[in-house]
Amino acid sequence: MTEITFRQALQRGLREALDADPDVFLMGEDIGKYDGAYAVTQGLLEKYGPDRIRDTPISEAAFVGAGVGAAVAGLRPVVELMSMSFSLVASDQIVNMAAKIRYMSGGQVKVPMVLRAPTGGGVQLAATHSQSFENWYASTPGLKVVTPSTPYDALGLLRSSIEDDNPVIFAENALLYGTRGEVPDEEFRVPIGLADVKREGSDITMVGWGHGIITLLDAADKLAETGVKAEVIDLRTLRPLDMDTVTESVEKTGRALVLDENWRTAGLGAEIAAEIGYRSSDYLDGPVARVGGTDTPSPYTRPLEQLGIPQTQWVIDEIEKTYGL
Amino acid sequence: MYLIRQFEEKCGEMYTRGQVRGFLHLYIGEEAIAVGAISQLQPHDYIVTHYRDHGHALARGLDTNRTMAELFGRVGGLSKGKGGSMHLFDADKGFIGGHAIVGGQFPLAAGLALSHQYRKTDGVCVVFFGDGSTNQGTYHEVMNLASVWKLPILFFLENNLYGMGSRFDRVRAGGEDFYPGAATYGIDHAAVVDGMDVIAVQEATKVALESIRAGNGPAFIEAKTFRFQGHSMADPVKYRDSSETEAWEAKDPITTFPEDLIAQGLVTEAELAEIRASVDAEVDESVKFAEDSPFPPDEELFTDIYA
Ligand SMILES: Cc1ncc(C[n+]2csc(CCOP(=O)(O)OP(=O)(O)O)c2C)c(N)n1
Ligand SMILES: [Mg+2]
Repeated sequence: MTEITFRQALQRGLREALDADPDVFLMGEDIGKYDGAYAVTQGLLEKYGPDRIRDTPISEAAFVGAGVGAAVAGLRPVVELMSMSFSLVASDQIVNMAAKIRYMSGGQVKVPMVLRAPTGGGVQLAATHSQSFENWYASTPGLKVVTPSTPYDALGLLRSSIEDDNPVIFAENALLYGTRGEVPDEEFRVPIGLADVKREGSDITMVGWGHGIITLLDAADKLAETGVKAEVIDLRTLRPLDMDTVTESVEKTGRALVLDENWRTAGLGAEIAAEIGYRSSDYLDGPVARVGGTDTPSPYTRPLEQLGIPQTQWVIDEIEKTYGL
Repeated sequence: MYLIRQFEEKCGEMYTRGQVRGFLHLYIGEEAIAVGAISQLQPHDYIVTHYRDHGHALARGLDTNRTMAELFGRVGGLSKGKGGSMHLFDADKGFIGGHAIVGGQFPLAAGLALSHQYRKTDGVCVVFFGDGSTNQGTYHEVMNLASVWKLPILFFLENNLYGMGSRFDRVRAGGEDFYPGAATYGIDHAAVVDGMDVIAVQEATKVALESIRAGNGPAFIEAKTFRFQGHSMADPVKYRDSSETEAWEAKDPITTFPEDLIAQGLVTEAELAEIRASVDAEVDESVKFAEDSPFPPDEELFTDIYA
């Protein structure tokens, strides 16, 4: 095992995939000569050359759509967006093309493409640059949506995503790039669609994904100080959702909290909470507790921005309010 | 121009001190464009621009104090600290934003221009944009729409040769000149101008605005320019040679324009010194104003979402 950063894990995953399969290539804005806006692709242009590490114009609709076309023709493009917020410029190509073309062709073609993008807020980029549309894409049949929270999951899921025959939205919370964790030295995969118990506990099940896992693990530490043993489930994949792992845990603990860092209304957190209630109401001691981002755009100024992002204390307060723990 | 330069030098300093955060894109080197172009506008004209917007804002006369306070994220800022550096607004002055989604401002400009046409005023909308943004579909869609509808828009390209780390010749098929492309959309009034020469920019803008106000539909100006610094404060500028920057710095309007004025006997060193001293004081004052302004109260998170 070696300790590396989330960013290094992604880079290793890209290198392994490029080495393993000549049909894999990368494209995106400033991923080559500039080394990538978040330096994930640093040094790859020198090693793999401009055919496989392709800098694109600022034309998201064109190069995301071109990724779909190349994938239909059997290549395995890994397309990088500078921000998930910019995926909106290409959202028609994602939702109407990547997600639909297999179905509309009656299964004649497939789209083995990965769309990587940094997501999330918290660094004062203001309303248009601080969004996480993986929530939206998770409600689109035909797409898979992956949201790793650790270097291990990032590397293992990236390999699986590139090898998957379907379009995968690979959401990288930008706050995670510098975080560290252990990864095996040999190649490995983490399967898409499998949640992971990040911490075991018997009193309450806390469900989240991506950066939210950091908040939940922190909350679990704090809860432990008062004797509450919280189980933390990292969904890792938002579509398909692994509700079986969640259900098993909820039926063990009898309590559940869902953390969705996105807008609380009509987000994925609401879907998960509803599904927990639907499946396990007989086992629950109360309603499913919910913590979500405020239903506001993200302001530039730091105090207000932080006020909109779920904090550890919100989780603790919500559990206290709902279950009296 | 000197105000914009000093203001931005200060922004850079405040960024390193952690007072200004997020993305900060400096306009240093490009000042002659905003000043030359905006000096020709009427109060009822609209302006929209991109995230590299401090120059346009100050040239339009947006309050220096409130602009700095916005960058500090304070309640005394133009948008109470909600927008930050990339999103400066002053609706009373027809300044409808810096916009940070590349190409996002083109359709907005079309609508603003449409309002002038609809109301039969002689107002125009000027849209500033970069070379990189011309690769977005919105650019082409709006050029066509504006021409078909003869909208009163001035397309103002700030061609600083780079979009982040990408020099135009690596991402653009049409060669080094952009203005000839306007003709493809039936925009006949298309000019190119030295963006380091404030008087030339002024002249070109004046002529273009006359054409637009006469009802001839949109016009296009390409200004050749250069940003002396990185794309944003996070840019280590590894993709270009310092010799390229130095060649452009030799044409820096902040030094060349005063030199010309003195050579022509239009201004004395003493007068310039006086102007500089008052501008320096104005910039210092803006920092003080920003520091003294509090952060917005918590309730502000929930306001301004709906009208
Ligand atoms: C839709 C979208 N894609 C990418 C970006 C990231 N980005 C911000 S500015 C920029 C470069 C734009 O270059 P240009 O239009 O030439 O303007 P300049 O910065 O040179 O003034 C890029 C790629 C963005 N903000 N929005
Ligand atoms: Mg540019």
